[in-house]
Amino acid sequence: MTVLARAIDATRRYGDVLALDHVSLDIRAGEVVGLLGPNGAGKSTLINLFAGLRRPTSGTVELFGGSPLDPATRRGIGMTPQETGLPESLRVGEIAEFVCAHFPDRVATAELLARFGLEDLVRRQVGGLSGGQRRRLAVALAFAGRPRLVFLDEPTTGLDVGARRALWEGIRSFHEEGGTVLLTSHYLEEIEALAERVLVVDQGRVLADDSVRAVRGMVGTRRVSLVAERSGDRIDLVVNDPDRLVVELVRSGTPFSGLEIRPATLEEAFLALTSKEPAHV
Amino acid sequence: MSSLVLAHTRYLVIEQIRVPIGILASAFFPAVSMVAFVVPFAGRDPVAATTATGSLMFFGAMSAALMGLSSAVAQDRDLPWNPYLRTLPAGPLPRFAGRILSTLAVMLLSVIPVLLVAALFTEATITPVRLLLGVGALVLGVVPFMLMGLCVGFLLASKAAMAVSQLLFFPMAILGGLLLPPQVLPQFVQAVSPYVPTRGAAELIWAAVVGARPGVVPLVMLAVWTVATATAAFWAYRRDEGRRFT
Repeated sequence: MTVLARAIDATRRYGDVLALDHVSLDIRAGEVVGLLGPNGAGKSTLINLFAGLRRPTSGTVELFGGSPLDPATRRGIGMTPQETGLPESLRVGEIAEFVCAHFPDRVATAELLARFGLEDLVRRQVGGLSGGQRRRLAVALAFAGRPRLVFLDEPTTGLDVGARRALWEGIRSFHEEGGTVLLTSHYLEEIEALAERVLVVDQGRVLADDSVRAVRGMVGTRRVSLVAERSGDRIDLVVNDPDRLVVELVRSGTPFSGLEIRPATLEEAFLALTSKEPAHV
Repeated sequence: MSSLVLAHTRYLVIEQIRVPIGILASAFFPAVSMVAFVVPFAGRDPVAATTATGSLMFFGAMSAALMGLSSAVAQDRDLPWNPYLRTLPAGPLPRFAGRILSTLAVMLLSVIPVLLVAALFTEATITPVRLLLGVGALVLGVVPFMLMGLCVGFLLASKAAMAVSQLLFFPMAILGGLLLPPQVLPQFVQAVSPYVPTRGAAELIWAAVVGARPGVVPLVMLAVWTVATATAAFWAYRRDEGRRFT
């Protein structure tokens, strides 16, 4: 498969701070990759390197086989601005038009706004938009130039559930048409819903790079939940070997009901991978 | 490329027109000075009135260039919109050119009230050719002040940039003879005056509008200031780039 973005042994320092520590990875065409990590893990630095905002201190970063610092290379990417920085006095239609003007193969402004449910706000000044409307405009701008690869940094932070689902639909349909997405999110639910592949990043290093299911399984834990008949309370246990637990339980003759066993969530896997101590039992 | 310069210029002009206080600030003080000082004291004398009109036009233009650019550039650097623009497929040129062109546009708007006061209430007269020459001299003379504004804007945070550009602005305006003709200034001011960039710019404009003979020292100093401020602005730009985008 075609590699759209590639980091080879990329290291980035800010003074004494090591933001990225020898990171190597490929983003291939057609993937939706979730980037997961605590604040300060290096997620934004990685995106900034791919978008040409920063250079690696050592190592290389490539975009479509070229340098992200070359404006012509950046025609194939889309980014979301932070919605707090949108020019307040401009109208929604004017900002969309301005961003579209940068791309040779641009989307028509009306079409772009309609795709994100902003068509009624064309004449509204950004200063008068709600937080959710700003967020939607910011995400829409990433798609102005018919990008092959889109970087979405926290795309649905601050959106209500309905708006979030609508945006997910937009991202899914972009993916179905062959688009590639690198996505960061505080909501693990979002990564689970959209991404096929997850990169777990902490302290500038990639701790895990695999399918959502594999990363979940990597922790090897299962959550076992049951109701003890004697007290009637529901008990939750996180264990490495649920089979043995159940065997022991049955042997002991303790009455129980409502047994559930399920894999750890991405959140539990994430916490286990990024915390220095082992997460649970 | 030129269409991108246009897109950036249009967006920056719209932004300034929607928040017109900047334009008003540049236009207000010179227009009021015209009404308060030039109309009663020099309004009857065509040459003095025309000269004073040229000076006050430059006063407004200089304010738009120095204070307008320094605060706009400093504010730009604070906003996350600025790094976003750098991810778009354009080099720094369209943005830079857009800033300069939109500042020029606002500057030309801000001199209109002064021209109107001069035309309606004084004996100031000018031929169309001299008016065009005057506008050309205005644009040429304002270059070092734009560069100074860029330099201050790239070096300082927006509040500090405002204060520093005002501190630079008023002394230079007075020393250059924009508010009072140089001949009536105190002796020590007259000694310094030829060396400030405002004086050279003013002499250029006076030459254009009334055919006064410009002094050599002020014109040479204007050229020296233009080179010096260009160097400083370029240095400040590189320093800022290095801090934020390497």
